[in-house]
Amino acid sequence: MIKAEIKHRFPDFALDVSVEADDGLIALFGPSGSGKTSVINAIAGLLKPDHGRISIQDRVLVDTERGIYVPPHQRRIGYVFQDARLFPHLSVKENLLYGQRFVSDGRDLGPVVDLLDLGQLLERRPVKLSGGEAQRVAIGRALLCAPQLLLMDEPLSALDARRRDAILPYLDRLHSESDVPIFYVSHAMAEVARLADHLVLLRQGRVTRQGLASELLSDPAAVPDIGVREAGAMITTHVAQPDAGDGLSELSTALGTLLLPRLSMPKGAAVRVRVLATDVILARERPVGLSALNILPATVETVHEGEGPGVAVALASGSDRLLARVTRRSARALDLTPGASCYAIIKSVSVAPQSVSASSREDQ
Amino acid sequence: MFGLGDQEWAAVSLSLQVAFWAVLVSLPLAIWVAHLLSRGDFRGKQLLNAVVHLPLILPPVVTGYLLLLTFGTQGAVGAILAQFGIVFAFRWTGAVLAAAVMAFPLIVRAIRLGIESVDPKLEEAAITLGASRWRVFTTVTLPMCVPAILAGTVLGFAKAMGEFGATITFVAAIPGETQTVPSAIYAFLQVPGAEASAIRLTIIAIVIAVAALLLSELMARRVTQRRVAP
Repeated sequence: MIKAEIKHRFPDFALDVSVEADDGLIALFGPSGSGKTSVINAIAGLLKPDHGRISIQDRVLVDTERGIYVPPHQRRIGYVFQDARLFPHLSVKENLLYGQRFVSDGRDLGPVVDLLDLGQLLERRPVKLSGGEAQRVAIGRALLCAPQLLLMDEPLSALDARRRDAILPYLDRLHSESDVPIFYVSHAMAEVARLADHLVLLRQGRVTRQGLASELLSDPAAVPDIGVREAGAMITTHVAQPDAGDGLSELSTALGTLLLPRLSMPKGAAVRVRVLATDVILARERPVGLSALNILPATVETVHEGEGPGVAVALASGSDRLLARVTRRSARALDLTPGASCYAIIKSVSVAPQSVSASSREDQ
Repeated sequence: MFGLGDQEWAAVSLSLQVAFWAVLVSLPLAIWVAHLLSRGDFRGKQLLNAVVHLPLILPPVVTGYLLLLTFGTQGAVGAILAQFGIVFAFRWTGAVLAAAVMAFPLIVRAIRLGIESVDPKLEEAAITLGASRWRVFTTVTLPMCVPAILAGTVLGFAKAMGEFGATITFVAAIPGETQTVPSAIYAFLQVPGAEASAIRLTIIAIVIAVAALLLSELMARRVTQRRVAP
């Protein structure tokens, strides 16, 4: 359990947030300038807040009321910066082992090297690494200090799309194989949706919403905070048939069978699939003669009208929820009101490979 | 030509000895002050900066006279130190003090540039990895400014070798005790027929200065190469 209440006045900006989350991966999502980095800097001790109380499990790091302020180097909080910040005068191996000079109970090098595939890089100098490699080393360096919490500040944003896709599986592994809670700052919803257990939405120094990622992502009322083009529900499911013919894989969800482009996961593997709200078409009757392969029966749960021409519709079927974004005109024409039964249509090819990731949770 | 006389030998070895000790003594203090000036945030920082630079802008004779007033046997500090048997006036140790004071601002400036070129973000990263401020300094900041420290050392050494005004004012030019190469050259020029001695010392001064410069370049290059090597 991580609790952070932080109030701080900057010359041109006021931060006033209260975050409370169970362990796992907690994503801080918001536009640039919303105060995400300041929040984790306060947790790391790189920013001393005017007022605040920060605790991890039962360990109080900051309590301005009681005059508690643990110095940053004694906090045991790992920090992976946007720019890897490797020490240029040390080799990769020396960088990895840097924190071990100060802690007696650091982790063993071997497993971390394996987890992040660093074996080939150990003798190199940081200047000879690519951006993605440097970031993997930075993650390993932080992990080897055996931190109680790992902070990651947009660790992928300095990388190009290809490198980002190359490093995401490592983050999946880090998340599922290590029990360190992670605070992950990002303004890219694709990353957040793929990784987050808990989601905190920030805007102008304040928390607009927070909660379980699976619930918040499929909450139509949260769509304005997430962004209409970024909103989309997360379906947690498992692979029913990796090879369902024609280069497709079959997933079994509470909504029905979902056919997606071929996945590399084995049969039975738990996966998370993000379905963008703009990729879902709704129909009141089961359509025929349609190219889209996934036609899933569902019931309208809530309809959220924003200020624009679109409305967000939450659909439920069993334990799974879907989010669809349609025009207000269509919603009226189809009479989409809570309780209405309809069909959600998802083109298989509209779900990008990056939208599918291994799930750490076995809540099927 | 290179048959050095006793007085010339004494001047050369004294100069090397003085410059060596002057740099050795001022280096730790210079690193500390350079760090204060580049990373510190405290009242009186500008005053400290001005005091450090004073020997650079004052006429050396004035600095020497101030040293005499302060550290002379009758001086405020000198009188106290004398009770403990520490005497600077007219001793080779006084020449070390004068050279150290004169070289100090040059060493500080060089090292300060080096510290300022170390990205504070790297120091932040070190803190999050468990390093205290002191350990950040010794494991990140200091190793990263090795080239600057080498540059400062050579500059300080050259300055200490060449120091004349403050030294001769503070400790005079006693052959074998306080007569360094510059004051020996000056003395030889006052004596008819001693030009050969003056020229020999001049050549030696040039050789030592160039050798020190080349050595530091070589060491700095080796440090940088190690950093970019695979």
